[in-house]
Amino acid sequence: MSGAAAPAAAPGAEPVVLRAEHITRQFPGTVALADVSFEVYRGAVNALVGENGAGKSTLMKILAGVMPPTSGRIVLEGEEVVFESVHDAARKGIGIVFQELNLCPNLSVAENIFLGRFLTRGGVQVDRQRQRERARELMHRLEHDVDPDTLVGELPIGEQQIVEIAKALSEDARILIMDEPTSALSNAEVEILFSVIQELKRDGVAIIYISHRLEEIVRISDYVTVLRDARLQAKAPIAEVTVPWIIRQMLGSTEPPKRRPRKFKADVPVLGVRNLTLPRPGGEPLVSDVSFDLQPGEIVGIYGLLGAGRSELFESLFGLRAEARGGVQLAGKDITALPVAARIRHGLFLVPEDRQRDGLVLNLTVGKNLSLATLARFVRFGSIDRASEGGEVLRIMRSLQIKVDTPDRSITALSGGNQQKVVVGKSLLTNPKVLLLDEPTRGIDVGAKAEMFRIMRELSDQGIGVIFATSDLKEVTGASDRILVMSRGQITLDIDAAQATDELLVNASTSKVAIGAGPAPLNTES
Amino acid sequence: MASRTAEAVAGLPQPRASRGAALTLLVLKLRTFIALILVVAFFAALAPNFLSLANVIIMSKHVAINAFLAIGMTFVILTGGIDLSVGSIVGLVGMAAGGLITYGIPLPMFGVVIYPNVFEIFGMTLLLGTLIGGFNGVLVTRFGVAPFIATLGTMYIARGAALLLNDGATFPNLVGRPEFGNQGFPVLGAGTVLGIPLSIIILVIVALVAAWVAGRTPLGRQVYAIGGNERASLLSGVYVDRVKIIVYMIAGFCAAIAGLVVASQLVASHPASGTTFEMNAIAAAVLGGTSLAGGRGTIGGTVVGAFVIGVLSDGLVMMGVSEFWQMVIKGIVIISAVILDQMQGAAARRARLG
Repeated sequence: MSGAAAPAAAPGAEPVVLRAEHITRQFPGTVALADVSFEVYRGAVNALVGENGAGKSTLMKILAGVMPPTSGRIVLEGEEVVFESVHDAARKGIGIVFQELNLCPNLSVAENIFLGRFLTRGGVQVDRQRQRERARELMHRLEHDVDPDTLVGELPIGEQQIVEIAKALSEDARILIMDEPTSALSNAEVEILFSVIQELKRDGVAIIYISHRLEEIVRISDYVTVLRDARLQAKAPIAEVTVPWIIRQMLGSTEPPKRRPRKFKADVPVLGVRNLTLPRPGGEPLVSDVSFDLQPGEIVGIYGLLGAGRSELFESLFGLRAEARGGVQLAGKDITALPVAARIRHGLFLVPEDRQRDGLVLNLTVGKNLSLATLARFVRFGSIDRASEGGEVLRIMRSLQIKVDTPDRSITALSGGNQQKVVVGKSLLTNPKVLLLDEPTRGIDVGAKAEMFRIMRELSDQGIGVIFATSDLKEVTGASDRILVMSRGQITLDIDAAQATDELLVNASTSKVAIGAGPAPLNTES
Repeated sequence: MASRTAEAVAGLPQPRASRGAALTLLVLKLRTFIALILVVAFFAALAPNFLSLANVIIMSKHVAINAFLAIGMTFVILTGGIDLSVGSIVGLVGMAAGGLITYGIPLPMFGVVIYPNVFEIFGMTLLLGTLIGGFNGVLVTRFGVAPFIATLGTMYIARGAALLLNDGATFPNLVGRPEFGNQGFPVLGAGTVLGIPLSIIILVIVALVAAWVAGRTPLGRQVYAIGGNERASLLSGVYVDRVKIIVYMIAGFCAAIAGLVVASQLVASHPASGTTFEMNAIAAAVLGGTSLAGGRGTIGGTVVGAFVIGVLSDGLVMMGVSEFWQMVIKGIVIISAVILDQMQGAAARRARLG
């Protein structure tokens, strides 16, 4: 594409509209951004790439006024600015489209677009008519002529994304931040989005574009900035950028050693999944006809983009989705109809993607979080025997090297990596046969990630089957024995990790074709 | 507190609370207890007979009623729920007991009336309260009704049932008759052991058992976990629905005890008895440091909270403060307690983050 031509800057205007200088952001226990400088060019697509946890989201949140930097400054149109809030940043011309949609499903398209800054008559009454007309115009500009009175909850995800963009545009943003805007979109919707982006560029809007899809980056960006491990790794105009260059900058030159190929063969797979389907009312299934086997001690990495159905697959396996169809066998026993607690007793455990929301009980201590899934084991005469509970808790804290002085500390005092280890520790106390880890390294620092993978390897050496989901190429190729790639709810690639290449995986992750025949039907006796 | 922070391992996020902040936090944590001491001291100084043994016993008997309800309520609130029906259960259980003593269980098809003895009546009515609680729990879990609405509905149903039992009239003079073998009901309200009223002794037992369940058993741990994060609890294999049903049953059971004690003290059951008791129970729990968001609170705190409310209202009565002013003061105390609670949360966060 020749979209890399010089951006159409207004004559005389400085090409850089926003400059973030030496931005550092610390969180308790981790540095999310270290001395990162970033320029945003007017009328251009400024791509920001990096692995999960590289600091993209943090930088974006700072630029959008969600959080302040610990140090560093932001210069907008030559003037230093401080954003008090998202609203403040929006007033100064910075709009943002979040990866997670921030829409109220119970309100209409028009109401969502003008939420919080209603168009009013005399400052009191909401001017519904004007909102409706403006919303119609905005949606038309985005080539989605949706009735502005439609409830957002009734729209498919792709159109909700468009509404989110319309919302950002409605404030006449000069700078529009888009965080993984295509992750939930169909190909046709992506094309429309790209034409919208071209149009916005012509209007002089600067776009900050974050995506995992490198082909997209190369196709529509004008400038590419790569973050790695919270630092600025590289920046270049698109003319000098290729997909392999981005991958090299993202991952670094040192490829992690691949696991030595190992042979797994057991009479009975420790986990057998057949034709698992999770229907979605009025849409393509979230998980579509998934079948695979997991051998004891095998580590299977599930690679896929956001919305590929990885979390939904895990939730279905763990019994959290009553509407899931298909068969699940654990060590030869059919667990398809069992509730969560019974699946745990049979030896399955899910370490959820969002620790804070799904994994931890924040009002309890470290120790009480660790023992929550195994309380029955510590009961003597009706009471929890604190000595045996404390002993097990300390044992697991030591073996996972959870860094805290005493299990009586509040769980909120721990860093992300240590919190993650607590969730894993809780699962290990249940003596699982199969461990499902959903994005186990999300939001934890590099050292903690390495430790996470060390723990996974140790568990597999003990014969525990491990399945982990990730959208990180380096992780999936470095830590797996076998890789499954998911796209649109289907498995599009099932490959030995030794034979996997980045290109194969990336292609499969956007493929629409499921692999052919899966493993043989499960023996349904027992 | 302070010594533990000193031991913190190097490299961990270290709490850096200053001594002053630590003291503030301690005062805030013990605020209910401090409030109780202040209230007692205040009335002891101003009302001459306030600390006399007779008055203390009377006050304790008043407090006990609310404390029973508040203990049950605490379990429900710890899971993040609420139970508005407990006051009506007090009325219904009292009426059921009154009806059983007065009319027995008529079995017209056999032409006989069975008069259960007092212990059987206690068992049946406690079961009744527990089952009503279970009904609340099923509404909340299986049918997904919001706890506020589910128990509001039950509140009306139970109150209506209490009124229906004797067509809105009371069952007076519940002493039983020797020929029916159902005497002894008033002992629960009037009896003493070594000078200590029976209701106080039962309260102590109930409070100790409740504190043990909340603090030491898997059920208690799961109650706190559900209040803190229901989904994480589910993912940890907690039978969330089952635990929720149990807490509503506990609340119903505790309300039934209160209902029996009230009826026994009056030697009569009145269908309107227990009206608005649920509010006093919620107030005691909140005053005692229970968070309405769930996951935080203790049985001990709740009992102290019930004493603060009870002592306050009895003391104000003794000082001759009008009932109208009493309500205003009670409201101010409750709101102050919640504000202090917020301050404690903020102070604790500051202490943690430094």
